[in-house]
Amino acid sequence: MGMNTQGRPTRMAENIATGGYADTVSGSRGLEQAEPLIFERGNLEHCGVDLPEAKGMPTRLGGLEREGVIGLSGLAEPEAMRHYVRLSRKNYAIDLGLYPLGSCTMKHNPRLNEKIARLPGFADIHPMQPASTVQGAYALMGELAHWLMTLTNMPAVALSPKAGAHGEFCGMMAIRAKLDADGQTHRRRVLVPESAHGTNPATAVQCGFVCDEIPADATGRVDMEAFKAKLGDDVAGIMLTNPNTCGLFERDIREIADLIHEAGGYFYCDGANFNAIVGRVRPGDLGVDAMHINLHKTFSTPHGGGGPGSGPTVLSEALAPFAPVPYVAQTEKGSWHLIEHAEEAEGTPFGRMAAFHGQMGMFTRALTYMMSHGSDGLKQVADDAVLNANYILARLKHVMTPAFDGSCMHEALFDDRFLKDTGVSTLDFAKAMIDEGYHPMTMYFPLVVHGAMLIEPTETESKGGLDRFTEVLEALALAAKSGEKDRFLAAPVHAPTKRLDETRAARQPVLRWTPPSDDLEAAE
Amino acid sequence: MRYLPHTDTDRKAMLDTIGVASIDELFNDVPEAARLDGLIDLPTKQSELQVERSLSALAAQNISAGQAPFFVGAGAYKHHVPATVDHLIQRSEFLTAYTPYQPEISQGTLQTLFEFQTQVALLTGMDVANASMYDGSTACAEAVMMAARVTRRNKAIMAGGVHPHYVEASKTLAKYSDVEISVTDPGKADLSELIAAIDDETSCVVVQTPDVFGRLHDLREISRIAHEKGALVIAAFTECVSLGLVESPGAMGADIAVGEGQSIGVGLNFGGPYVGLFACKDDRRFIRQMPGRLAGETVDADGRRGYVLTLSTREQHIRRDKATSNICTNSGLCSLAWTIHMTLLGETGIKQLARINHETACELADLLETVPGVRLVNQSFFNEFTLELPKNADEVVNDLARFGVLGGVPASRLFPGQFENYLIVAATETNTPEDLAVFTKALAGAL
Repeated sequence: MGMNTQGRPTRMAENIATGGYADTVSGSRGLEQAEPLIFERGNLEHCGVDLPEAKGMPTRLGGLEREGVIGLSGLAEPEAMRHYVRLSRKNYAIDLGLYPLGSCTMKHNPRLNEKIARLPGFADIHPMQPASTVQGAYALMGELAHWLMTLTNMPAVALSPKAGAHGEFCGMMAIRAKLDADGQTHRRRVLVPESAHGTNPATAVQCGFVCDEIPADATGRVDMEAFKAKLGDDVAGIMLTNPNTCGLFERDIREIADLIHEAGGYFYCDGANFNAIVGRVRPGDLGVDAMHINLHKTFSTPHGGGGPGSGPTVLSEALAPFAPVPYVAQTEKGSWHLIEHAEEAEGTPFGRMAAFHGQMGMFTRALTYMMSHGSDGLKQVADDAVLNANYILARLKHVMTPAFDGSCMHEALFDDRFLKDTGVSTLDFAKAMIDEGYHPMTMYFPLVVHGAMLIEPTETESKGGLDRFTEVLEALALAAKSGEKDRFLAAPVHAPTKRLDETRAARQPVLRWTPPSDDLEAAE
Repeated sequence: MRYLPHTDTDRKAMLDTIGVASIDELFNDVPEAARLDGLIDLPTKQSELQVERSLSALAAQNISAGQAPFFVGAGAYKHHVPATVDHLIQRSEFLTAYTPYQPEISQGTLQTLFEFQTQVALLTGMDVANASMYDGSTACAEAVMMAARVTRRNKAIMAGGVHPHYVEASKTLAKYSDVEISVTDPGKADLSELIAAIDDETSCVVVQTPDVFGRLHDLREISRIAHEKGALVIAAFTECVSLGLVESPGAMGADIAVGEGQSIGVGLNFGGPYVGLFACKDDRRFIRQMPGRLAGETVDADGRRGYVLTLSTREQHIRRDKATSNICTNSGLCSLAWTIHMTLLGETGIKQLARINHETACELADLLETVPGVRLVNQSFFNEFTLELPKNADEVVNDLARFGVLGGVPASRLFPGQFENYLIVAATETNTPEDLAVFTKALAGAL
């Protein structure tokens, strides 16, 4: 570091420019270490792996050898370790505390799942190995399918979808294929409640449908009169989340299923909230035709900072013949094989979701979790998830404003009426939670509630933890009401960064690091 | 149960606070006919030890890649992943976080995504990349749809050498859209048929290089012609290590580069989870039409650099039925594994790794060609090539497995009824000289 004529360090501005603090010389502050980008930390010569020397043989690349510098900075192993460990400390995580993101089911991720998934017999096998060498892997897929079909009381499951939205696509494609096979090509309208996840309308459109929104009634559920009025000869089906995104069970679900079936359509159930009813209610008993199951929600596979997920999709008798390839099948003698092509399939598959046959790494984790809990434990999961959400609702309903009357399922939904005239928004309230050491709840979703705050504690939170959490939220609500607006508007002040300028990020997108010399050229 | 903290005393106290007599009351909205009396007919809870015992037994029924001379590729490759990678992705703060919706407490994930995007852009020779897709095949499918939105044209042409799973995934995604996909003859070694098919209605051409048979393709001519006709060029790849040695899609004129990142950091995992790489040229038309999440740089209230998810007006949670894609959760942890492994490799490591892969494949090709009746189909290759055998390749692969060698993928498994004597063989840095010798001997025996 250089010193200027006043004898002060000269690099403070640089610290800020690379994300460090201004009030220390280093840019770090105690355990919060400033960490530059790998491109600023490393260089083109550093390497953290030892590889044998190349022999310098002539290449057989057809004259397509890459020339010049790629620009990839490397780091030796100790430097790389520090880079990522330092960065990790800037993340909130379930293992640090309550992560009440409604609709995301941030529950404890058991480490036995990780151990099983890493057994070489599961982790180090190739999807195109001969069937004789992967019988145990196919059997595991078969076992997972059995658990999912039994828990949902559905006759078929497609394991290959790679996440929840991919599962939605699978289910809606099956519906589309069934309609087309039956000559129902005029059925192109899909009913989607206003409260639905954004993936639902996006998926319907991807399958060539148009969306028609159904409003919610005063209790936060499907407005039955509006729903009935929308039924018609052009209706392909309904996409309904149950329990819905307001955290409420759709009481009329069987009537909805019957009416949509009578109208000639199909019932897609968004299974994002299956955690509330697993082991207690089987979607097959509700008249569902297709439902994806987020293994990373209900069945505890880690969320990993945004995936990977897995979205096996259960299908009714009517839709099962249209399930995508590939899938596992068992011969009478008990050996397993893969049906990989439409020509080999019994039905008429609508296609293929992706390369190979699904998220095996998630299958092993989810099955480990299911077997650990068993049918009794899974029922207790639903019970405790619902108990915890209602406990939060009960303890906060006098200071915050529940969006709807009555009890909830696995998540408690509040609106922002309790913040009226305080100058504090839902966003400000959420950011103040960060200062208290909590990850905020889901904000501004579902869209049917003003300033929505959707709190899903999951079953893996203790009573003591919920007591502390609700005490904190109560204190924050009272602080907002007593005029401590500034504290909320400034929040967070105790996080690794202050509030970030998202508008600037979108208006002047900087989506990658560029070498400083390029910056200069760009400026010229 | 070990994952559930409540005691029955806790539950009772909580029910009292809620004001209900039993948990069942909280399920009163469930229609009576759908309420279950007892437990679902599945086994009940088990200890860690019990679960580990039964699932380990299933794992033991499989032959893992590390147990045998291993040459299986065709879209997924056996590479060595440094121990550091698996340690770091199991850090609680990475493993048990979710999509960074609250950037102030997600800078770890966001900065690594920003670094990932930069590395992907550099490796592919493109300007920008997204924060990952599910895998290479879905990235390819999304690219085909994006090209149609950008060009406002609906005819996509895919080279026959594109991995058939990528073609099928693309056709499935496009099935009920306006986009029509045609595919050229997979047997053709060059791109002449594809080039001849480009016309004023073509939205894009998709070329995989190295292709599913391992053949490399120069994209420069097709890029020039496609651009003259107003079509985009999508370069696909299934083996991202190749980019350490082979000319990048960007340098050869591609507009979008998509592919599988599994080779770096992720491992075989029996087909998933993997990580889709998606990169494109820096063009406003392109970036606004990209699928998936994007991390971007900004500043916080104190002017300090930080990162956020950005340009979300393309995405389903904002745009709903007008979104560029329905994707939400992507492949976060696999992209982290990828970026860590790439950081450990760096410029020198990725280039050296690629060269070793290529040299091992060259040595293997030379050895296998000495087996009577075996012909190397490829003129060029990176770490994977195709052999024509004097008999059915599927039978040969099964025979090889009996000899304890996992000897590649019969092409007919990807192209049913075609190329029945073609065997697709991959070699990587994990193959020893002994592996190559054993394979050569076993192949001679199987024929």
